[in-house]
Amino acid sequence: MSSAHTKTEHGHSTDHNYLNHGSGIWSWMTTLDHKRIGLMYFATVSTLFLIGGFFALGIRLHLAKFGAEPLLQPDTYNKFMTFHGAIMVFMVIIPGIPAFLGNFVLPIQLGAKDVAFPRLNLASYYIFIAGAAIAASSMIFNQVDTGWTFYTPYSTAKTSNGVILLVLGAFTMGFSSILTGLNFIVTTHKLRAPGMTMDRIPLMIWALYSTSIIQILATPILAITLLLIGAEKTLGVGIFDPDLGGDPVLFQHFFWFYSHPAVYIMILPAMGVISELITAFSKKTIFGYRAIAYSSVAIAAVSFLVWGHHMFVSGQSTLAGIIFSIITMFVGVPTAIKLFNWISTMYRGTVTFEAPMLFALGFMFLFTIGGLTGVFLASTGMDVHFHDTYFVVAHFHYVMVGGTLMALMGGIFYWFPKMFGRMTSDLGGRISWVLIFTGFNVTFFPQFVLGAMGMPRRYFDYLPEYTNLNQISTVGSWLIGLGFLVGLITIIHGIFKGEKASDNPWGAKTLEWQTSSPPPHENFINTPTVTAGPYDFR
Amino acid sequence: MSWSSLIPATSFMPIQATEIAKEVDLLYAFLIIASLVSFVILIGGMTWFLIKFKRTSLDQKSAYITHNNFAEFLWSFIPLIIMMGIFYWGMVIFEKLRTPPEDIAAEIHVTGEQWAWTYRYANGKEFYSSANDPMIVPAGKATKLVLTSKDVIHSFYVPAFRTKQDAVPGKLTQLWFEPKQPGEYIVFCTEYCGTKHSGMMIKIKAIPSEEYAAWYHAEKKGADSPADLGKTLFAQKACASCHSIDGSRIVGPTMKGLFGSGRKFADGSQTKADENYLRESILVSSAKIVEGYPPAMPVFQGQLSDEDVANLIEYIKSIK
Repeated sequence: MSSAHTKTEHGHSTDHNYLNHGSGIWSWMTTLDHKRIGLMYFATVSTLFLIGGFFALGIRLHLAKFGAEPLLQPDTYNKFMTFHGAIMVFMVIIPGIPAFLGNFVLPIQLGAKDVAFPRLNLASYYIFIAGAAIAASSMIFNQVDTGWTFYTPYSTAKTSNGVILLVLGAFTMGFSSILTGLNFIVTTHKLRAPGMTMDRIPLMIWALYSTSIIQILATPILAITLLLIGAEKTLGVGIFDPDLGGDPVLFQHFFWFYSHPAVYIMILPAMGVISELITAFSKKTIFGYRAIAYSSVAIAAVSFLVWGHHMFVSGQSTLAGIIFSIITMFVGVPTAIKLFNWISTMYRGTVTFEAPMLFALGFMFLFTIGGLTGVFLASTGMDVHFHDTYFVVAHFHYVMVGGTLMALMGGIFYWFPKMFGRMTSDLGGRISWVLIFTGFNVTFFPQFVLGAMGMPRRYFDYLPEYTNLNQISTVGSWLIGLGFLVGLITIIHGIFKGEKASDNPWGAKTLEWQTSSPPPHENFINTPTVTAGPYDFR
Repeated sequence: MSWSSLIPATSFMPIQATEIAKEVDLLYAFLIIASLVSFVILIGGMTWFLIKFKRTSLDQKSAYITHNNFAEFLWSFIPLIIMMGIFYWGMVIFEKLRTPPEDIAAEIHVTGEQWAWTYRYANGKEFYSSANDPMIVPAGKATKLVLTSKDVIHSFYVPAFRTKQDAVPGKLTQLWFEPKQPGEYIVFCTEYCGTKHSGMMIKIKAIPSEEYAAWYHAEKKGADSPADLGKTLFAQKACASCHSIDGSRIVGPTMKGLFGSGRKFADGSQTKADENYLRESILVSSAKIVEGYPPAMPVFQGQLSDEDVANLIEYIKSIK
């Protein structure tokens, strides 16, 4: 049946697998199994997502202005805005797909027993937990109102010392990110199954590999930048503070030199998931394997050269603005290549619409809107008007949330049978999708209009003419919240009450589907041998 | 231009108060139409495939197609060409937004602080932003703002003019606009600046230029103009012992006709003497040494306030 031929022994799934290999909480906390570590990230990231979502709903509820009195005070609002951004970016979207799905899937897809450095993998998880705990402590001790970008000199000279905690937390989590990336790169190079050449690795791996390169190269820049904020705040070294001869715009260069590539740390793994889903649910060989693989690497490379497009109105020179604008436009090309390839994969396929596929299609829809509006912002003359308005808010939510979270949800429902050996309710998944997809558009599409009308972002209050659209946006946010709640219930129900899953319920071709569901402790009873490409639906 | 007139009417953009706003909106209209077409091609194509190739029976076979070089070349090359076009169009507008014209009718120093703006005119009129004190500018003529900040970064955004510029502490940035008609236009702060970020609003009131002239010359608010104050400071700090004001060469370059002139430096680089250059040269003269002069000037960083520097610059500008 499969040309990615394996010699796995079946029938073991009920007796012995990674979930019952060792029992008790201690066996999980000390596990070196990448699959268990992946699930621990799942639990952690989901919890953080609920907290970040709580702040999001608070922000939206406040901005709806349903009562005569504002729901939040300006200071509280600014803190909500900061924690929503910092949690969602640093603790949910960046680690979400690589650390959770990547950890679970990457070694199995490569036909490996585990990642190259299992102990380092566990250490990465605890470093992440430590970082998240330090960052979270700023919510309790000394709240931060800088926004997740920590722009100087506001963050260094004009606000509470809680910034140090939040920054230290992000700094710590950065190590987790670097070490996970390192682990993935070495695993991809060294632990591929016999016969799996670099042009036979699944596209999910290409995406994770490109992401890992960015993580290793860019995260240290963030680490140094965040340390400098700490140094500036405690010692007054004067690198960013103009009163001490520093340059506040220098911070923005440093910050975006990491944080723009970080946007691709968020979206590249999502693109990897989508490549897997589209081919599996079209039951057709992916169109343009090489183009998709290399476009991931191209996006990773270009991502380092575009940071200045965050600074078109910062006072950097006109020439710099123009150069960053043209390089930013180049990102559009590999992105368009991917979209065209995915759509072509459906051509003359046999397409089905289970929940994971719906999330993949939702991704395509939302990411297309996010990508196209990105061109508006890359154009200098246009960006001057839109910069720091709700247009930007809408754009990056379409890309980061519409893109990454759609892919994350699709990936969870897709790999769920492999993770737990059970199926989720397809109806539950579909209802969750309808609510999230509808709610998302109702929430964020009006924000493009608000941005065009001139409403700036991070506003506690706004002009009366913006009220209606803000209220529509808020109603949409409840739909999103409800959708994720249904998704959560579906997942929990699936874990405990779901139907037993077969080894390959979707009929997919990559190696993780050639072992039992759930897989044994070391993934395969016998190491598989690969003889063809990853998506050989012939 | 009939196609383009459709979009601005329904685009929810603010009123077009400047010529540049019209140009920005034309590009915006093009981008919306191009995006709609792209969206229909991508998502429409996808939807069509989904309906046409929906699986109907279990033993259905998919086609085996791995790639198509011609199609792949086209959908890489065509987007590239389109994006380069959009880049160029945006750049043309950007350069207009960033290059003030030669004849400036009003020049205003604007200083941001948490959470207000102060604006100071060349003759010393000074206002601390409040609902009663809009920024008065002439309609139909160009106004240039020189922006800075006392504390954190702010950003000066006029939606009706489609323009925006950050006000950065320790640095001077500039912004210009030419409102076509008299009227009131709202100004937002768009760089997050703390608790009352969203409350930091002012209005720009454009009035007919004759009225503006009358208003400008009517009772001064400040006793001395910034240029006068700068002149006093120039004497107090003994600037004249090295810098002539009549064009003659002493230790340092003359101040006569300095503003706006091209400068060549010892390291071979060049720049135009604008406000930011003057500011840097006053505070840290060693940053750029004019070709043929010794690096003899003391550092004034820490000895002059931002306001002192602004006054000195105004004085230097007046030495023509």
